[in-house]
Amino acid sequence: MHPYGAARPILHKKWTAHSGAPRLLGLPGRDGLIELIGRIRRIGKTVPSTKPTLSRYLFACMTNDQPTPLSPAAIAALRELVGAENVIVGGDELLVYECDAYTIEKQLPHAVVLPKNTAEVAAVVRLCAKWGVPFIPRGAGTSLSGTVLAVTGGVMIALTRMNRVLEVDYRNRRALVEAGCVNAWITQAVKGRGLYYAPDPSSQSACTIGGNVATNSGGPHTLKYGVTTNHVLGFEFVLPDGEVCWLGTRPDGGEEVDGYDLRGVVIGSEGMFGIVTRVLVQLTRAPQSFKTMMGVFESVDAASQTVSDIIAAGIVPGAMEMMDQLITQAVEAAYHFGFPLDAGAVLIIELDGLAAGLERQADRVQEICRQNGAREVRLARTEAERLELWKCRKRAFGAIGRLSPNFLTQDGVVPRSQLPAIMRYIRACSERHGLRIPNVFHAGDGNIHPLILYDEREPDQVRRALLAGHEILEQCIALGGSASGEHGIGVEKIDFMARQFSPDDLAAMRTVRRVFDPAQRCNPHKMFPGSKRCADFAPRKQAAA
Amino acid sequence: MTAASPPAPFLDPAKSMACIHCGLCLASCPTYLETGNENDSPRGRIYLMRALQDGRLAPGDSTARHLDLCLGCRACEAVCPSGVQYGELLEHTREHLEQNYSRPLAQQFLRRIAIEKVFPFPERLELALLPAWIVKGLRLEWLLPKFAREALALLPAGPDPAPLPEFCPAPAPARERVGFVSGCVMSVLFGGTNAASARLLNDAGCDVVTPGDQGCCGALFAHGGQLDAARACARRNIAAFERHQLSTIVINAAGCGSTLKEYGALLRDDPDWAERARRFSARVRDLTEVLPRPTAGPTPPTAADARVTYHDACHLAHAQRITRQPRDLVRAVAGDRFVELPEADVCCGSAGSYNLTEPAMAGRLQRRKIENILKTGAKTVVTSNPGCLLQIRAGLLKAGARDVEAIHIADYLDRGPR
Repeated sequence: MHPYGAARPILHKKWTAHSGAPRLLGLPGRDGLIELIGRIRRIGKTVPSTKPTLSRYLFACMTNDQPTPLSPAAIAALRELVGAENVIVGGDELLVYECDAYTIEKQLPHAVVLPKNTAEVAAVVRLCAKWGVPFIPRGAGTSLSGTVLAVTGGVMIALTRMNRVLEVDYRNRRALVEAGCVNAWITQAVKGRGLYYAPDPSSQSACTIGGNVATNSGGPHTLKYGVTTNHVLGFEFVLPDGEVCWLGTRPDGGEEVDGYDLRGVVIGSEGMFGIVTRVLVQLTRAPQSFKTMMGVFESVDAASQTVSDIIAAGIVPGAMEMMDQLITQAVEAAYHFGFPLDAGAVLIIELDGLAAGLERQADRVQEICRQNGAREVRLARTEAERLELWKCRKRAFGAIGRLSPNFLTQDGVVPRSQLPAIMRYIRACSERHGLRIPNVFHAGDGNIHPLILYDEREPDQVRRALLAGHEILEQCIALGGSASGEHGIGVEKIDFMARQFSPDDLAAMRTVRRVFDPAQRCNPHKMFPGSKRCADFAPRKQAAA
Repeated sequence: MTAASPPAPFLDPAKSMACIHCGLCLASCPTYLETGNENDSPRGRIYLMRALQDGRLAPGDSTARHLDLCLGCRACEAVCPSGVQYGELLEHTREHLEQNYSRPLAQQFLRRIAIEKVFPFPERLELALLPAWIVKGLRLEWLLPKFAREALALLPAGPDPAPLPEFCPAPAPARERVGFVSGCVMSVLFGGTNAASARLLNDAGCDVVTPGDQGCCGALFAHGGQLDAARACARRNIAAFERHQLSTIVINAAGCGSTLKEYGALLRDDPDWAERARRFSARVRDLTEVLPRPTAGPTPPTAADARVTYHDACHLAHAQRITRQPRDLVRAVAGDRFVELPEADVCCGSAGSYNLTEPAMAGRLQRRKIENILKTGAKTVVTSNPGCLLQIRAGLLKAGARDVEAIHIADYLDRGPR
């Protein structure tokens, strides 16, 4: 049955409390959910809804999985909309858009469009709706899970030209930015006013806010300050039929918005509900004082135990990050910070807050480190030294280029208490497959990032890398965790969705998606098991490109 | 789109594979900031280079276009966590393109003759600029087509060739003996700046030796993919400076400095010259690396004194990673009047001969730079490269900001207290 056909009649059913509620998620019931979201969605719209018509239905029916390349007329229409220089169609130029930072699967989109404002985004989306062509929102393309891969081609809408900080409202401590604005630019724009934008993914110097919203990005400081959804008040949103609405707090509105939190529904939807075009973010007061320490341990086990003990002592550091020996060596080679090359693990612990009392907490943390056998606990003496330490941590992924031509990052989560167990498992896995697996991760959250090193020119290494990644994530789930902490599902972790969720859960999620995108044309073939994979999803003979 | 078979290797496999496609370079790239097109980003360009190498792409118009549009500012290198040597990859790819792709005739003429046969030769440059100065002097610019008008706008009012004597002794017994690279554009258009640099070095206790038989550093050739021509320049300079006993070789132009520091890599595969080149490069220092901070303290602020800001020349900040020393020097004179320039390290669009070959993008970046300068309210912009100076001066003039001066750091320090 066609999805559009299935969703349409349900939209007009009356809500009933007991219509097959999905168990695990505790949602009000499939039909009721659709009805409610549909209603509230209509409230949020700035443009009146166009009722489903026969022609729209036919267009939706024409939406098949393998759209034909765009016709010359279609390309001309796109050029007309955004200017010829902002439409990329030739194979030579599309090549760089065949993947994001997850390079194992590759597929060319049919066109890439670079709109300059919301109206252009909406117009392009409307054209895609008219043609029944899939479209893929793209920011900086730093996704590590193939979230913006054009699995079946389509029109890629890159928001990289919409990159301004539009206004900063100091009195209400918020900023309005365009979706293509780089995460770190927000903090730069308010530097000197004692404010910053808290979520700090390691790619923050390049990744965009739109992408952060789509994936509900976190970062090292998630432990204390939460993730993107805790710092985004509202945003402008282009629905897959081209309508523009605002979800959550408006730039001139109060903090609380009545009704369902549709803002929260869209954050983390991996760009499958529509395109975020402008974002209203909350700014956070910069901590008065920091105590940033580097603990040097003989083993990952000892460092992991320290993490649990610190939390158990009632201390909530801003961040607790761990690097194992292999990654410490790579980072040291890249940045010459002075990390010990022979340490089993390095733990970066950052306390922040009011200066008063921080000293005592720092003493307590150092004591806990020593109780767990820390060889050394070094305190960053100056702000420059602290920033240098964070630079090393945040750029650790990149330093991998010094160890190996390719790497596969995994992003599993385990209960904090299971960190030693999963790290032992990863070690065994590394030996079993004959691949090096350095680790750098958010220890405070139990969010691990094993980096499986391989060379894509050797097909067997690629196979073993994928296998090792799979096994590690399965073990995460077995230990009571999950297969993704912050990188998202994308195409990479589709298979794990079925392990983590029951068919009912997945059906409920699909239902939510269809409310926003009945024809399933917005960033299709992500997240759900049974989605299409790239035709050439196989180890490639040639290296890169 | 697809080439029949991969071409002979032109990229060092280890160096090109060092890029892991993480994308952390994107936001540092001036052309990507302007176009938002991944093809105009460092990650995208490396992808194109690899595709050329692997035979997935044949050298064609669009690929050449995106690689030509690269400023070679190397801002990406400074932020790359994997340590990708982008500049080297670019030079080798450009060399490959020069050999396997033919440009339109006008571009060929501009690159091969107008730029590469003139700029590196001070005498020819002076001669070539003569008609330009006549036109400028008679205010006949309006007769010229737009591109020529824009090129002309970059020129200062007249030449300033004040050739340095071969030997400028320090007043007191010298602490050390340094070599000085006088540069091509520097020696024709900024002779006064060279003299100021020598004075500063003398005051710092250095005898300054400026060998008369030195030539172009080869930067223009190397950046344009003419590596053999660049190597010839390198050999000539190495020989010229080897004849003197010098502790250090000082250069006041950032673009030349970075090329001089890379002679070692350029001549790596030449058994006769590799070691000599390595030794030469190891002794090269930018002027701001060797000057001591003025001890007189900041000049006392007067009503006339206005804010001072500093623009990072790409080849100083990114290629040589020198950002602190020039700021310390400017701050020592300007004190509290020093303000940071937003996007200080984003290229101004000059980029060697880029503003002649890619005037449109150069113009966009020039505007961006001038807007940022005007935002600071500074009346003096200090920088350390002749290209940036010409570009910023022309931009300020275009924006009608006649009260803002752009000045070389040597001139700025020379007129301040010691």
